[in-house]
Amino acid sequence: MSNTDFVLAVEDLTVSFDGFKAIDNLNLYVDRGELRVIIGPNGAGKTTLLDLICGKTKASAGSIKFKNQEMTRLPEHMIVRAGIGRKFQTPSIYENLTVFKNLEVSYPRGRGVFGALCFKCDDAVQAKVDEVAGMIGLADCLDLEAGLLSHGQKQWLEIGMLLMQDPELLMLDEPIAGMSARERELTADLLNRICQNRSVIVIEHDMDFVARIAHKVTVMHQGKILAEGSMDKIRSDPRVIDVYLGH
Amino acid sequence: MDAIKSWLGRSGLASVAILAVLLLVVFPLAMDSFRLNLVGKYLTYGFVAIGLVMLWGYGGVLSLGQGVFFGLGGYAMAMFLKLEASDPVSTKIQSTPGIPDFMDWNQLTALPWWWEPFNSFAFTLFAVVAVPVLLAFIVSYAMFKRRVGGVYFAIITQAVALILTVLIIGQQGYTGGVNGITDLKTLMGWDIRTDEAKTLLYFLTAALLLGAILLCRWIQLSKLGTLLLAMRDKEDRVRFSGYDVSMFKVFAFCLAAALSAIGGAMFTLQVGFMSPSFVGIVPSIEMVIFAAVGGRMSLVGAVYGALLVNFGKTYFSETFPDLWLFLMAGLFIGVVMAFPNGLAGLYESHVKPWLARRKQAPAPAGTGGEPPAPTTEPAHKPATVATATTAASATSPSLGTKISSQSV
Ligand SMILES: Nc1ncnc2c1ncn2[C@@H]1O[C@H](COP(=O)(O)OP(=O)(O)O)[C@@H](O)[C@H]1O
Ligand SMILES: [Mg+2]
Repeated sequence: MSNTDFVLAVEDLTVSFDGFKAIDNLNLYVDRGELRVIIGPNGAGKTTLLDLICGKTKASAGSIKFKNQEMTRLPEHMIVRAGIGRKFQTPSIYENLTVFKNLEVSYPRGRGVFGALCFKCDDAVQAKVDEVAGMIGLADCLDLEAGLLSHGQKQWLEIGMLLMQDPELLMLDEPIAGMSARERELTADLLNRICQNRSVIVIEHDMDFVARIAHKVTVMHQGKILAEGSMDKIRSDPRVIDVYLGH
Repeated sequence: MDAIKSWLGRSGLASVAILAVLLLVVFPLAMDSFRLNLVGKYLTYGFVAIGLVMLWGYGGVLSLGQGVFFGLGGYAMAMFLKLEASDPVSTKIQSTPGIPDFMDWNQLTALPWWWEPFNSFAFTLFAVVAVPVLLAFIVSYAMFKRRVGGVYFAIITQAVALILTVLIIGQQGYTGGVNGITDLKTLMGWDIRTDEAKTLLYFLTAALLLGAILLCRWIQLSKLGTLLLAMRDKEDRVRFSGYDVSMFKVFAFCLAAALSAIGGAMFTLQVGFMSPSFVGIVPSIEMVIFAAVGGRMSLVGAVYGALLVNFGKTYFSETFPDLWLFLMAGLFIGVVMAFPNGLAGLYESHVKPWLARRKQAPAPAGTGGEPPAPTTEPAHKPATVATATTAASATSPSLGTKISSQSV
């Protein structure tokens, strides 16, 4: 397929695990600056789709183009360096390191062995850590060991670690799972702020939360796309109500 | 003075300073040349142990084949010394004078080409590190790029140890076989068998070991050290933060190999021979025990571990030779089950808080408890430091891992 203006263009993507097609001939296009939410029942293949985009799982067939560059054959760290950041479903942070170290180590400099040996935490790094810590509301906890943070704070810290790298595409897998109502609100604000100059894909179940953040919603079912469009359109789609919202 | 002290505290160098005093002053004053040579031999295992701290403790990669690198370093040095000991005059009774005796016994009539470069001391010094590192790179690159890790990697390292032992023993004419390379005499004309030479070599070993500890400490405090810890905790998070995780593991493995090899070379110099009994599976596992007993997160602890276990080995294997292997196995299982952070971990979790409590008490603490750093400053300064330490260790038991990971 020819070049597009989309930041992400997924085409005819298929992956099968022992014959079971977890993703089945899927097409997905994400605009620059767009916040896309993917919903769907458990086992629909949402997490698998993110795994494929970030290279954790290799596609059986199809293409994933990020800014018109093919990603399917790149190793994971090169996909990250191209500008795709991914947050895991369970908070994945370095529990034994301080919040500051968690952020500092995510700064995109000194990524090779010898670069890391010579890495200095200079003013630029310090400023970026302060900026990101402010955004995720952890400016007062920089010296705290990350394992001592609350569940919600851990989720924010992981988002912060991704923001340190200024990715052009940020993918978040169920970022508000296990959060209190207040934390959900703060997260919605955070997501609305960070999609100002980047594209974001969020997987989420909570429809009120989805309504607060989504520019466009994609519904997945059995490895395929069932419906796509604005929140209102999705809410009134009979097929979506049937397989997902009806429960 | 305060500044120096706080820097020592932060980088954890106080314990290195104590070890330095012990190795460079206390031991030489307290021991005769025979015992000092024995300690020097144990210290060469200290190199392997601190390599394992970096690889296993920090990198989370267990190698059960460090004897390979210890042996390769030791053999490289032994080859140089053997060539020097095999000059045509002292070997004139051989059918081919001028080649090592074991080659002559095995009907070799010329020095194999790959022995030739070991006539040069400069090349030998290079080879001591380069050959093991090259092998380490090839093995670890092939494994880590394929995401082989954990138990599988440990088994691969065992296989390498086995293969190398079989190779050395089988190729008698080239390697000296099961006896190894023996009868080493001089290093560029300097007789290494005298007491003075052994004392000097002891100091050289101790100094190199302290240098190696400082190098490793520097690496631990760099971003690379942080990344190793991060990888051990959440490998995928590091990978999906844009790092090629496999290359960091390769680096840790090569570093551990280089350190082991330096230890091996110093072993050969001090003991006067090298044999396959230091290469195989059993010695490799013993080396892991040194690090486990001392504490796999602590460089200094690993050195104490190497010293203690080897003292124990020398003592017990003389007194109860049959029991030693069982004792060793029991020690390993016991330590891993009960004190995963070894002696250093025990120090961090029990001795240090106790010392801090004593220092906190308003009455002068006295010197009975052997405080780790002599306090000459006014009492209130160290007291604040101590309060911070106790507070930190009191807040949460989960801090334990972090504190021990910060210690040297
Ligand atoms: N590595 C794997 N091997 C086999 N099956 C898998 C693997 N990963 C996911 N699956 C299967 O693919 C389906 C989609 O899973 P997932 O993407 O986690 O769903 P969702 O995130 O939408 O709940 C599930 O049926 C799951 O069991
Ligand atoms: Mg999922």
